[in-house]
Amino acid sequence: MRRKLLIDIAQSLLLARWKQTLVAAVGVTFSITMFIALLSFMSGMNDLLDGLIVNRVPHIRIYNDIKPTIKQPIKLDSNYFNAHHFISSIKSDGTRLSIYNSKAIIEMIAKDKRVLGLSQKIGAQVFFNDGNIDITGTISGINPMEESRLFHFDEYIINGKSQDLTNVNNSIILGKGLSAKLLSNIGDVIQITTSKGARFQLKVVGIYQSGLRDIDNVQSFASLSTVQKIISQPSNYITDIQIKLKDIKQAPMIAKEYQQLFETDAEDIQTANAQFETGSSIRTLISYSVGITLLIVAGFGIYNILNMMIFEKMDTIAILKATGFSGNDVKNVFMYIAISIGIFGGLLGLLLGFGLSTVIDQIPFNTAALPTIHTYPINYNPKFYFIGIVFSFFTTYFAGWFPARKASKIDPVIIIRGK
Amino acid sequence: MNAKILEAKNINKFFHDPIRIQVLENVNFSINKGEFVSLTGKSGCGKSTLLYVLSTMDTDYEGSLLIDGQLMPKKNESFLSKIRNEKIGFVFQFHYLLNEFNVLKNVMLPGLKLNKYTAEEVEYRAMEKLKILGIDHLALKKSNHVSGGEKQRVAIARALINDPHIIMGDEPTGNLDKKNSDLVFEIFKQLADEFQQTLLIVTHDPSFAARTHRIIKMEDGKIIA
Repeated sequence: MRRKLLIDIAQSLLLARWKQTLVAAVGVTFSITMFIALLSFMSGMNDLLDGLIVNRVPHIRIYNDIKPTIKQPIKLDSNYFNAHHFISSIKSDGTRLSIYNSKAIIEMIAKDKRVLGLSQKIGAQVFFNDGNIDITGTISGINPMEESRLFHFDEYIINGKSQDLTNVNNSIILGKGLSAKLLSNIGDVIQITTSKGARFQLKVVGIYQSGLRDIDNVQSFASLSTVQKIISQPSNYITDIQIKLKDIKQAPMIAKEYQQLFETDAEDIQTANAQFETGSSIRTLISYSVGITLLIVAGFGIYNILNMMIFEKMDTIAILKATGFSGNDVKNVFMYIAISIGIFGGLLGLLLGFGLSTVIDQIPFNTAALPTIHTYPINYNPKFYFIGIVFSFFTTYFAGWFPARKASKIDPVIIIRGK
Repeated sequence: MNAKILEAKNINKFFHDPIRIQVLENVNFSINKGEFVSLTGKSGCGKSTLLYVLSTMDTDYEGSLLIDGQLMPKKNESFLSKIRNEKIGFVFQFHYLLNEFNVLKNVMLPGLKLNKYTAEEVEYRAMEKLKILGIDHLALKKSNHVSGGEKQRVAIARALINDPHIIMGDEPTGNLDKKNSDLVFEIFKQLADEFQQTLLIVTHDPSFAARTHRIIKMEDGKIIA
């Protein structure tokens, strides 16, 4: 009842000066709109750019690196067990790139509950023969089903189907740059030469575009068995195990664990792509600071308008206090005014922000680097809307608090005697 | 009829700015229930200052003030607002009606604040008060659409809404012409005679004062008669 009365008074004061109220609310609306649109767009862009790397890159990659053996044979000699040894001219050891006992490792990783999935991969260097020209390139043996499920392989196939790698014998998917150099299209047969001199003929079943030109110029894909055949290795020959985790943040820890457990090299995504995380966190920081600055400016607008309103309504405040409204009541009246401006303006801002986001979402955005994207990316995360409305509430609360406190301190005697 | 509604004991008040001046000096008096008292004196004698001290709005004084036998504290602002709401009605020289509301709502506001009756009851009571003052036909008009004399009568109705122990007026006829002044005086007189309403009116109009039950005369911050 008492609150209802105060809200009633606040409402009357608001409606009596509805133009001022509207200006204040429009300030909040504008800033929330921009806040939502900016964050949705920025975050959409971030996700897109991160996706370029993060989607395609395994969270953990298990492989055998070319590097010197850590335990040199001398260390294993019991005669020199506690001795320090000096060996000059150590050479890197890369005689065997395949992972030892890969079947058992794969079975074990597949059982790990922290792992979302894994796919096997073989990397091989080959020459693509085009008349008398040999183009250096790599051919990756993959399982197209798993690769699509975990690493969005399908999304980067601009022509053809990834499944054809398994359906068609001796088939290959070429990078876009590579296919342009070889002047080959789907259905054509190309010839490759392995580093050991063997020649193979492969049928092109698809064109791949990653968006990173350097990769598209050299990369190609074939099924695991095709690659094993090309480099004449048995069916347990695997050079990479690519793991996708349920929680990407655990990658460094699990990578270390696997490294010790399987005695291979394991690289986590954070180490491999440190710069991306930095880039996206800084972009997020910038968009939040711009959005919050907008809101604070809107807060000053509300502050000014409430201050003006208090000067205009001195008489009203004086008589309310004379007839028994306490300073707190008067303060609450002005707080209700401020907060209703904030909530009304904020909600409208959310709607308009959503509208603006959908408009941005329709703007064409075609770039050779991003084959799957045709419009500007927008992230419709409800989190932004939540932050927006909470923040508009708090800015208007604080913007209203100081003028409201001033109003509550007005001495009615001074106003009434001043007449 | 001898219950003391209001009692002032040894009230002293000083203005500090720009120099310390004593504006009220040892003010002692009391008002009984049903009395129609006027407080007169020359301009600057401290009569308005005294009224605001008695109204509990000004707490910067020395001495003690009892309303309805209860000592008024000087610090507890929300308690004092409750006292003003419940026990004191005010009529000022200026009407201080809220333009945002209609006449009826203006009268109802202190009643709604008191929260003793439901909104419907407060509305009924407000209409009753307006009827007593003969302005019930204006109830739904915006308060800035009625004439000056009518506004002052609305202000009186507002002062009456909570059946206060005492109505305090600060030159309530000061802004009105002769006809309206007389009308307002008649209303006060009627309230005092018919409803035993206690009234304390500050005025410098001798003819107004002469017609009240009792005149308190002030000079230089002291009560002289």
